[in-house]
Amino acid sequence: MIKEALTGSIEIARAMGVTIKYLFKKPVTNQFPSEPVEVYPRFRGRHVLKRYDNGLERCIGCSLCAAACPTDCIHVEAAENTDEERHSPGERYAKVYDINMLRCIFCGYCEEACPTQAIVLEHDFTLAEYSRWDAIYTKERLLEPHNPSHIVIRDDEVFVDLPIWGKK
Amino acid sequence: MDQQFIVNLVVQIIIAGVVATALMLAFAAMTVVERKLLGRFTLRYGPNRVGKFGSLQVVADMFKMFFKEEVIPDHVDRLVYLIAPGLALVPAMMAFAVVPIASRSFVLPFEIFGSTITVNPWIADINVGILYILAIGSLGTYGVILGGWSSNNKYSLLGGMRTSAQMLSYELPMGMALLSVILLVGSIQLTDIVEFQASRWGGFFWIILFQPIAFIIFFICGLAEAGRSPFDLPETENELIAGFFTEYGGMKFGLFFGAEYVHMIVLSFIISTIFLGGWAGPFAQEVPLLGIGYLLIKVAFIIFLMIWVRASTPRVRFDKLMKFCWKFLLPLSIANAAVTALVIAVFFF
Repeated sequence: MIKEALTGSIEIARAMGVTIKYLFKKPVTNQFPSEPVEVYPRFRGRHVLKRYDNGLERCIGCSLCAAACPTDCIHVEAAENTDEERHSPGERYAKVYDINMLRCIFCGYCEEACPTQAIVLEHDFTLAEYSRWDAIYTKERLLEPHNPSHIVIRDDEVFVDLPIWGKK
Repeated sequence: MDQQFIVNLVVQIIIAGVVATALMLAFAAMTVVERKLLGRFTLRYGPNRVGKFGSLQVVADMFKMFFKEEVIPDHVDRLVYLIAPGLALVPAMMAFAVVPIASRSFVLPFEIFGSTITVNPWIADINVGILYILAIGSLGTYGVILGGWSSNNKYSLLGGMRTSAQMLSYELPMGMALLSVILLVGSIQLTDIVEFQASRWGGFFWIILFQPIAFIIFFICGLAEAGRSPFDLPETENELIAGFFTEYGGMKFGLFFGAEYVHMIVLSFIISTIFLGGWAGPFAQEVPLLGIGYLLIKVAFIIFLMIWVRASTPRVRFDKLMKFCWKFLLPLSIANAAVTALVIAVFFF
C-alpha cells in the first residue's frame, strides 16, 4: 500500500513536471487572422482560372472539368472566339464559368482533367459568405489572381524542425 | 438592544456584505485565470480575444449569463430545486468568516453616532475556529444532495449520491490532519494559530515545515471537498451527463459553478492561514498592509497549485477514490496525529 502510494506520487510528480515545463514554453496555437497559416504546396483550396503569359485565358470551354467533377458543381458554357474579340488561343472560350463552392469537395479532379491547366486549386480556404448566392463563384471572380496575406505556403523542411516533434 | 449593539450589528453586516461581494468578484476573476492557466499548461493560449490577455472575458461571460432564460423543468421538486444552489454556495462563503487578515494587535476603533466600534481584521474570531470550518464544510454537501434529489432524474440522483459520499468521506482525513496542527499549536482558534506562526523565526515559523504530511493530506482532501480534479466526478461532462446538476441551466448552474470556485478560493485562504502562516512574514506586524499582501501571495500560490494539479492528473475512478480515502488517507492521517502526539509528549514535556 505504501509502495503503491510512493510510485503513484512519483508518477503524479512527473506529470506535474511536464505541465510546468509547458507553462514556460510558447504555445503552439496559430492565432489565425493575425498570424498567417502555413499550408503545404499541394494543399487544395480555392480555385483560380489561369492565363497565359501573353494575357489570353487558358480556358477553352471544353467542359472536361465539369464532366470530371463528382458533385457537378462546375457549369461551363462555351462560345466562339472571333478575331476581334479573342479571349483564348483556339476556337472556343468559356463564356460562362461558374463553380458552386458549397457543392465543391475540393478533390482536384477538375485540375487533373483540364487539358490546358486552366483551372488550378490554390491555397485559400477562407471561403465563408453571408448568403448562398454569393458562394457561386463566377468567371470574373475566378479569373483574378488571388494571393491573400493570411495564407503562406510552407516549406516542407519547416515541419521537421519544430522542437515539439522531438528535435531539440 | 441598546445603541452599541445595533451599531455593532450593522457594521458587521456591512463588512460581511463587502466580503461576500469580494468573494463573488474573486470567483468571476478566477474563471478567466483558471482558463488561461489551464491553456498555458497545455501549450495553448487561454481566452485572449476579449480585451488584452482575455481580461474582459469575465464581463462577456456574465453578460451572456444574465440573458439566459430561466428554465425550471416540470418534473422537479420546485422548492428544493430552487434552494439547492444557494445551499451549495453559502456554506462555501461562510467558511471565510474566521480567516484573519492581519495581526490581533491591529484593530481600528472609531466613533459613530457616539458609540465606539472596533473593526477587526477578521469577521469573527470564534474560539472554535477550526471546528467551525469543518462543520461548515459538512453543510456544503446538503446543496449537492438536494440538487441531485430534487431533479427527479436517476442520473442526477446517482451523481448527487456519489458526490456527497465523496465529500463526506474526505472530511475525515481533513479533520485528522488538522488535529496534528492543533496538537502543535495548542489552540483551535485561527488567530492563535497565525500568531503562533508569526511570532517566531521572523514570521517564517510555518506549520508546513513541521507537518508536511498533514499539509498534503489536507490539500488532497480539500480538492475532494471542492469537487476539483482529480476528484471531479461530480462535474464530469462525459460521464453521468453532468452529474447532479444535469437539470440546472442558466443562473442556477452559474451558482453551482460559483460554489465550486468559491470553495476553492476559501480553501486556499484556510490552507494559507493554517499551514503557510497567513499574514505572517517579515515586518507584517508593523505594517498590516504587508501582511495582507503576504496572505494574498500565499493564496495565489495555493490556487496555482490547485490549477496545476487539475491540468496534470487524470480523473480518479469512483471506487478507487473511496478506497484511497478510507484505506490510505485516513490511516495515514491518524498515524500522523499519533506520531505528532508522541513526539510532543516525549520531547516537549
